Amino acid sequence: MNNTHAGMSLYSRPEIYCTPSRSDGHAVVQKPLSVWNRLYGIAALRKAAILVLLALVWQAYAVQLHNELIFPTFSATIHALVNGILSGGLLLKAWTSIRVLLVGYALGILIATFLTALATVSRVGTDFLETLTAMFNPLPAIALLPLALIWFGLGEGSLVFVLIHSVLWAVSLNTHSGFMSVSPTLRMVGRNCGLTGFRYVYRILIPAAFPNILSGLKTGWAFAWRTLIAAELVFGVSSGSGGLGWFIYMSKNLLDIPSVFAGLFMVILIGLFVENVVFNTIERYTVRKWGMQLQ
Amino acid sequence: MADTIHDGDGVLLDVRNVTLQYKTREHLLTATYRVSFQVHAADRYVLLGPSGCGKSTLLKAVGGFLQPAEGEIFLGGKAVDRPGPERMMVFQEFDQLLPWRTVEQNVMFPLVNSGKLKGKAAQEKARHCIEQVKLGAFANRYPHQLSGGMKQRVAIARAMAMEPAILLMDEPFASLDALTRRTMQDELLQLWEGIRFTMLFVTHSIPEAIRVGSRILLLTPHPGQVRAELNSLPPHEQNSAGFAGLESKIDKLLFADNGNQEHQP
Repeated sequence: MNNTHAGMSLYSRPEIYCTPSRSDGHAVVQKPLSVWNRLYGIAALRKAAILVLLALVWQAYAVQLHNELIFPTFSATIHALVNGILSGGLLLKAWTSIRVLLVGYALGILIATFLTALATVSRVGTDFLETLTAMFNPLPAIALLPLALIWFGLGEGSLVFVLIHSVLWAVSLNTHSGFMSVSPTLRMVGRNCGLTGFRYVYRILIPAAFPNILSGLKTGWAFAWRTLIAAELVFGVSSGSGGLGWFIYMSKNLLDIPSVFAGLFMVILIGLFVENVVFNTIERYTVRKWGMQLQ
Repeated sequence: MADTIHDGDGVLLDVRNVTLQYKTREHLLTATYRVSFQVHAADRYVLLGPSGCGKSTLLKAVGGFLQPAEGEIFLGGKAVDRPGPERMMVFQEFDQLLPWRTVEQNVMFPLVNSGKLKGKAAQEKARHCIEQVKLGAFANRYPHQLSGGMKQRVAIARAMAMEPAILLMDEPFASLDALTRRTMQDELLQLWEGIRFTMLFVTHSIPEAIRVGSRILLLTPHPGQVRAELNSLPPHEQNSAGFAGLESKIDKLLFADNGNQEHQP
């Protein structure tokens, strides 16, 4: 080892100068993925494969068990579902449920908007919302049903009441915490542009808090859907026709277990549709496009 | 192009004996103590000092985001008492762009919301300013698709589109890497050559202050007080000798007399 020599060469090796060429002429450094890789990349396809697998396991187990009263086969359930849709008015019953749900959901959001607005403009409003949320959020909506039945009678009024309760707290809690977490810089940008009052809320706070608002709406929807089916199971008939919960309950009384499964299946299908189609579409055109989706 | 509302003697912004305080959970802190300075039209006025000298707080007070505990701030003879679009601000943080709007919509945002321009006219003005910061190809991108330097360019375009009486810049290049920062400083100077707008620029970097500024106010910390007000060097005179001389002069003024060596480069 020649140390003096190494020390010299540290700063005395020849220097190199190049002129980078334009990239147009280069070979493309990309290569298309294989068909399998591309198919595997589609989330919907992967999930569909899981669903098919579950259906196969269900069918195999039910065939082996061979007891329709306890666990009907997948094919019998699908048969009952198609039958229910064609003759028994299963779609009508689903619509009855969804209609009540939408009324309760809309009213819940309306009241949540009012409460959040109050909490945004004043300190006392914030305390009011925080106290109410802390009190009522842990209270299952279904626990209010007996009381609702006394106040509003056996009918839609009681359902709407418990639905509002199940939506209200989730939505206002999320919206309010979303408003609170809007960055000070964005707030200053809004005020710098001369925005105040309602325009400030509408142009800055709501879009900036939209990921939180959306997650509140999703949670509210899930709570409401569960509450509704459970409430319908408890007292069934509302205004003559009855909803999906009532359909499940009646089918059980008739020992028509495939129809019970078909009713549950319908509940799941509607839930999946709202989650994967409705909310997913909203997300795709808003928070995901803006690069601000909550992780 | 910038509105030239100023007094007869050429003073545009007049900061008189301003003391700024803010509350933390336990203390009332004094950020600046009786600071006075005057910015003339077309000045590139730099507030320079170490962290804790209240330079950003001072800029926010000029922006109207907080009220002085003592003293007054006048812009074109009119007292500043709230935020307003004639004092557009560019922040250090990248999240100053609205993530739900494209580059073009971001630049249009203050134009439309302050009622200065509408529809087509606002869009044309925005396009022009985006071209000026060399982002014409990115007008329809969303902020999350841009690099840090591009985001700061959009923020500058957005502020310039308003043609404010004074442009307030709160360490706009501090979050950028050193190479991008250097480019952005040069581009800002080119923009200024074209329009000759007035700006108030906050930084903690001495070289940046000399490069960007035409006049430099030195502030000492805890609480912020004026140490000196110096002339910077014109861009064509920024040869290494003059630059280094001014740099060490500022260094001495800021750090020498209290024996404090923990300064930033």
